[in-house]
Amino acid sequence: MVIIAMVTGFILILMGLYGALTNTNILRMIVSFSVANTGVNIVLVSVGYMHGRTAPILDNAVPLAEASTRIIDPVPQALVLTAIVIGLGITTLMLAYAYKLYETKGTLDISKFSELKW
Amino acid sequence: MIKRFIVLLFLLALGLIFTQLLVEYIPDSELNLTAHYYAEHTAQDIGASNIVTAIIVTYRGLDTLGEVTVLFLTAAIVGLLLSKGNYKGKSLQRQLPQSGELLTTGSHLLVPLILLLGAYVFINGHLTPGGGFQGGAIIASAILLILLTDPLRKFSHTLIATIEATSGLLFLFIGVLGMIYAGGFLDNRLLPVGELGTLFSAGAIPFIYSLIGLKVGAEFSSMLVNLSETEGS
Repeated sequence: MVIIAMVTGFILILMGLYGALTNTNILRMIVSFSVANTGVNIVLVSVGYMHGRTAPILDNAVPLAEASTRIIDPVPQALVLTAIVIGLGITTLMLAYAYKLYETKGTLDISKFSELKW
Repeated sequence: MIKRFIVLLFLLALGLIFTQLLVEYIPDSELNLTAHYYAEHTAQDIGASNIVTAIIVTYRGLDTLGEVTVLFLTAAIVGLLLSKGNYKGKSLQRQLPQSGELLTTGSHLLVPLILLLGAYVFINGHLTPGGGFQGGAIIASAILLILLTDPLRKFSHTLIATIEATSGLLFLFIGVLGMIYAGGFLDNRLLPVGELGTLFSAGAIPFIYSLIGLKVGAEFSSMLVNLSETEGS
């Protein structure tokens, strides 16, 4: 189970990086980065998974006394919650910059932006 | 061609590293020290059923403040970058097609329900899987639905900014109150911890998370509105 999630995450990271490095359209690069970001999140969450345990919420399913033997690791989940929100912020920023670049040059092709190339 | 080859080589190396990690990975069978502490002490100290919420709002409250600040900065930068175009007073170049009957009627039905679900998710953040960030994103999805129905609809930037600023300030204010009346900055024991599993438990967590939810919802909405206002220019 955890291996499947990790393999999926790693494949998503590789797919996203491949897309970001080979595409020249800025919008496609942004989509690729989002895919890679999702892969990282899946890997991080799957690290906290433990077989046969349940979500870290104390209710009828998890008696207080047995909490530490019944729940999975809550720390990666808290970390990924943060990572998802920041990832969304980064995606929005990239989209805004892409719009600005399109406004100045009239194209979204990254190879046309050669000012900073040496 | 050579560029693609280098890319593939790089990805192959990265894939090898990942495989190595995967082969050597041994899942934990016990909670580590930090997680064990959280599992044992959350119920007595914080009183929140959802341990993830307890970590985010109280144990790591300062980090959450930083996260909200990053989001605020993002929203501010997006607003700064995209607002220039509006002042030129450009008129709409192309006529947008009417959105369909299904979308219009559906959004009238769904938007109030989605807003309600968002509020439910952030008010019950300490009891159920959910919280301020998730609830805020749900609220922003209602705004997105409205924008899909009518891309040229104008939202009041003043209202969004007011909600965002007020909830952010109140969040800080509760944090400082925790410093005066309880153990430290953003301490939730400002209010009685209450009985585990009830709505008014976990001290100040429901209030803090509701404020975070409003703030995040307003920030996401302002990003969406700013991006949407580039339409037609």
